[in-house]
Amino acid sequence: MSLLEVNNLKTYFHTRNGIVRAVDGVSFSVDKGKTIGIVGESGSGKSVSCYSLLGLLPMPPAKIEEGEAIFDRSTDLLSCGEKVLRTIRGKRIGMIFQDPMTSLNPYMRIADQIIEPLCLHMKMDKEKALKKAIHSLDEVGIPEPDNRINMYPHEFSGGMRQRVMIAMALITNPEILIADEPTTALDVTIQKQILDLIQTRQKELGTAVIFITHDLAVISEICEEVNIMYAGRIVEKTDTKSLFRTPKHAYTRSLLKSIPANQVKGEKLYTIPGLPPDTSQIIRGCAFRERNQIGDQNQCLTNSRPEFKEVEPGHWVQNCPGCLS
Amino acid sequence: MTNQITDTEAGTSLWKDSWLRMRKNRIAVASIIVFSITCFFCFIVAWFCKDPNQVNLANKFSGPSSEHWIGTDALGRDLFSRILYGGQVSILVGLIATTVSVTIGIIYGALAGFFGGKIDSIMMRVVDTLFSIPFLMIVIVLQAVLSEWSRETSVWIVSNLNWDKGFTDRITNVLPLFFALGLLGWLTLARIVRAQVMSLKEREFVEAATSLGLTKLTVLFRHIIPNTLGPTVVYATLSVPGFIMYEATLSYLGLGVESPNSSWGILIKEGANYLETNSQLLIFPGIIFSITLFALNFLGDGLRDALDVRASKD
Repeated sequence: MSLLEVNNLKTYFHTRNGIVRAVDGVSFSVDKGKTIGIVGESGSGKSVSCYSLLGLLPMPPAKIEEGEAIFDRSTDLLSCGEKVLRTIRGKRIGMIFQDPMTSLNPYMRIADQIIEPLCLHMKMDKEKALKKAIHSLDEVGIPEPDNRINMYPHEFSGGMRQRVMIAMALITNPEILIADEPTTALDVTIQKQILDLIQTRQKELGTAVIFITHDLAVISEICEEVNIMYAGRIVEKTDTKSLFRTPKHAYTRSLLKSIPANQVKGEKLYTIPGLPPDTSQIIRGCAFRERNQIGDQNQCLTNSRPEFKEVEPGHWVQNCPGCLS
Repeated sequence: MTNQITDTEAGTSLWKDSWLRMRKNRIAVASIIVFSITCFFCFIVAWFCKDPNQVNLANKFSGPSSEHWIGTDALGRDLFSRILYGGQVSILVGLIATTVSVTIGIIYGALAGFFGGKIDSIMMRVVDTLFSIPFLMIVIVLQAVLSEWSRETSVWIVSNLNWDKGFTDRITNVLPLFFALGLLGWLTLARIVRAQVMSLKEREFVEAATSLGLTKLTVLFRHIIPNTLGPTVVYATLSVPGFIMYEATLSYLGLGVESPNSSWGILIKEGANYLETNSQLLIFPGIIFSITLFALNFLGDGLRDALDVRASKD
């Protein structure tokens, strides 16, 4: 059994305008030391599914309707309650966020923030924790860590702050690191450095990584297995190689087609037409039907949601005739 | 120049930055100096002055002399020391009422904003209700209730702890006023802090702190509340002169500090009676009072500019 097994997770938001089915039956698993990617457009539910695991969503309006997330064969993260969850958050599962400019407290020194998990979970005294914090800043490539640690976040650049976040998330040697679009807010040269850093630290510590992104290039760089999400569900799940070589689902193919580098120079860039469906309405049939240009729109299911099916060993896809054609 | 470089290396906090910005604001610096001098006179020099309550009817309404620097009042009491002792009460009212109201306001507003939903609705309706009752009326009622209690406390202290009666009376006499003002001054601040917390709790660093495994209250008190301190400090500075004004108003109406104790409000009230014959009785307290209010208002303005993070950081 895997380190983390998420089964049929459903997270709904009960808003004034009805129920938004942000995550509608998502299953995935993470093995020790492996990296999985979750890819999708904005609003496809990729962040919400990971926030649900750690109980970081405001409830209400969010509510976890169904599902389980078995961590380390024993604890169900979704039903274990706040108290147990607190002992896992930040200790056994670390998290880094999208925007390093806002995810550090501007009024606290880096030192005070970075030792928080150590003092809290490891019951370390402040001096020992500081030593360890300086060491871990050194490991993520921050020069002069013993000086830098006494600075405030606004004295760091974006890339440096993301390094601090990574150091902070990994300081307790967590078994899983959830990276929620950690490179989206950074410029391209820094992106590469941060990805390399995550990979190096992952290898050194044996951490499993759940990598959320909408950048397929990033996925090809670091993930072993990819889940493509659309409208709150996983439409395709396979290893990285076959995703890029033999994509099955029309949505995946459209995504790959809209990468600028894959397109003919001088022609209009391809984009997927339309918008993702409104998840506050009940979707009957295939969620991608309206926007399906690559497959045969007319063959898409209209009465029942497509089933998730293993079409080749290890390659799962939503079985909608229109999207697979 | 070399100093500045080492400053940045050591890491400058937002407070330090603010102080650097503040130092460039001449009016704010002047205000700090003026206010410090006023405090110095009221709280230190006052102890070496004449007894402010010593009556000498033979020498009433005397003009400035070497004996009485700015003259005496209708009962022959030394005006200079009455102004200084009155300043003690006025400044203390301002500071204590502000402290009380800031403490209540921050905690109340932060809890309401952080927990949101029904808790927030109920807590804020209480604030709305209190807001809808005229401020002065509540202060008057509270003052009446609390002064009964303060008289009992005074008697108890004198009989059980053997404190000096005059001294005890002077303290217990003004305590109800401090608290009556403080207990009501927090309403605006609670709203300010609540709004701040509501926007801060959606920020990513709060999520990040939660994802480290901190409890909700730790997140609130260690990560969110310090971030609200900027606006709070500004509001607090600006509310000190407000409370001094309220004290003056109440004393003027005969509801604040009781004779023979003095406060700036009382001195102005008494002076107003002799406006035509002995105008210095109104003018001197009035000048000191106005200068202090000006200084505190400018200080508040200066702090607002200095704590504004969006201002250039040069």
